[in-house]
Amino acid sequence: MSAPIIRTEGIAKSFGEVHALKGIDLEVQEGTVFGLLGPNGAGKTTGVRILTTLLQPDAGRAEVAGYDVVRDAEALRAHVGLAGQSAAIDGNLTGRENLEMVARLYHLPRPDVKRRAGETLERLGLRDAGDRPARTYSGGMSRRLDLGASLVARPRVLFLDEPTTGLDPRSRLDLWAMIRELRDEGITLLLTTQYLEEADSLTDRIAVIDLGSVIAEGTSDELKDRIGGEVLELHVADRERVDDAAAALKELGTSEPVVEAHTGSLRIQAGTDGARVVVEAVRRLDDAGIRIGDIALHKPTLDDVFLTLTGHVAEQEQEEEEPVAAGRGRKRG
Amino acid sequence: MSTTTPQITIGMRMRWTLADGLVIMRRNLLKFVRIPALFVFSIVQPIMFVLLFVFVFNGLGGLLPPDVSYVNFLIPGIFVQTAIFGSTQTGIGLSEDLNSGIIDRFRSLPMARSGVLVGRTLSDFVRNLVVVLLMTGVGYLVGFSFQAGLLSAIMAILLAVFVGYAFSWVSALIGLAIKDSESVQAASFTWIFPLTFISSALVPLQSMTPWLQTIARNNPVTVWSNTVRLLTIGTVSYPNGIPFMPPAGESLAGLLVKSFLWVGLILVVFVPLAVRQYRKLT
Repeated sequence: MSAPIIRTEGIAKSFGEVHALKGIDLEVQEGTVFGLLGPNGAGKTTGVRILTTLLQPDAGRAEVAGYDVVRDAEALRAHVGLAGQSAAIDGNLTGRENLEMVARLYHLPRPDVKRRAGETLERLGLRDAGDRPARTYSGGMSRRLDLGASLVARPRVLFLDEPTTGLDPRSRLDLWAMIRELRDEGITLLLTTQYLEEADSLTDRIAVIDLGSVIAEGTSDELKDRIGGEVLELHVADRERVDDAAAALKELGTSEPVVEAHTGSLRIQAGTDGARVVVEAVRRLDDAGIRIGDIALHKPTLDDVFLTLTGHVAEQEQEEEEPVAAGRGRKRG
Repeated sequence: MSTTTPQITIGMRMRWTLADGLVIMRRNLLKFVRIPALFVFSIVQPIMFVLLFVFVFNGLGGLLPPDVSYVNFLIPGIFVQTAIFGSTQTGIGLSEDLNSGIIDRFRSLPMARSGVLVGRTLSDFVRNLVVVLLMTGVGYLVGFSFQAGLLSAIMAILLAVFVGYAFSWVSALIGLAIKDSESVQAASFTWIFPLTFISSALVPLQSMTPWLQTIARNNPVTVWSNTVRLLTIGTVSYPNGIPFMPPAGESLAGLLVKSFLWVGLILVVFVPLAVRQYRKLT
């Protein structure tokens, strides 16, 4: 296997008391799509900002396309493109002017600037809107133009920080198609996302990141195998009895029940025989005299990945109103 | 690093800084073309200044030598004051760019690190130049005229605009440090009002109380105002006893040297500080 085009060794970054990254090791092969999957506040954006030289790490080292992100930052910038969470384009310029400006700032040869800007508008489906001020664009169009700005100079590595957050389903699918196209052209992409589905359908490899650390890495299938088939989720009618329910359901699925006490919910990995697990769960709880609020089988979600890997649900920044300890109670069986 | 890294020479660096600065300048100026209202209102205020001050302060004319009209005394000061006021737009513009996220894009590009600041200060230089030229036109309608020839007139206008350019770098530092555009605006006016009003920009120094005069005499705005004023009205006779700045005996050459030394000093101090603040952005 050839040398990885992105390699990080123990990169760490703190903002005062907040340890955004606690030593991350990653390797990304050229020509692949790599997903950084994690909830808000996991450290994904910090990682992208370090790899695109916007931030300097406190510790560790990282190389992109053979350049050290700190020592060779200046030379590296010619080889990477970045599209962030919000569209970093100038609404007062037309789409074409935005792309030409960025192409000039990449120091492309003069004759290439106009040609590349035109080609990029074309491939993003913005040809007709290309000569309108970008402030008249819809959200999806702005995001596409932003992506265009990041690839107008044909960088070897493209960083997309939550590229589809806030997009409607149609725009999201368009963007997914474009990401696959770019990969097929040999560009390496690193994208961050909160959505397992997105990582699943787009990426060759995924690193799951939580609270500043990588907690799992592998292909989407490898990660799903760790969760194992479908997930049974149920709520007990009487929250107080959730631990009794967990005891009753011991050794039912392929994992021990994971309890979320404050919502009275309980999850079990059902493996490939979901229907049997549901029937058996209903029977056991009935025998134990525990009433079920609702019960459902579903495909693994980001929460399931987190539950399986860490025993807690994904932390949503500071918005969680429950005391942290309650949300993270790690009770098994 | 490997030998494939191209050697970046100082010459290339300077060329890029200028080229990148011009790209950013063009982008900033296009805003005035795309939002005509912005352009209209950014010139209405300075023009209003000319008219207001000329009519409101007209009574001060009695303090001036007989061959100096009040309009010709006042408008050079307003040039300087307006150019300094205009420089606050540099910090406001930068803070808006910071908040919109476009500075992140610029920082991820292989452009010169000072390109954004060079471009922003250049576009504000151009805007200030246009404003001062328009004020000159309006000034001519209310009796203003350059009396010392074309060359002096050009120098007068350029000096005022260069003063604004120097303050653009002060404003850039403030904008990059404070980041919130409303706070930047508020912060700018706390130093700009005393700086421009405690000077000979609008009134002869002799109309102030003595302790204020001492401050005003050492204010570079006084030096600049007097220089632009002399470039405007040429040589004047100083009848004894008529209090009028600049004081008799101060030569135009001396004032010009002092003026550009002050501009240079501000640039030498604030250009590196602003660039350092830009590099420190995260």
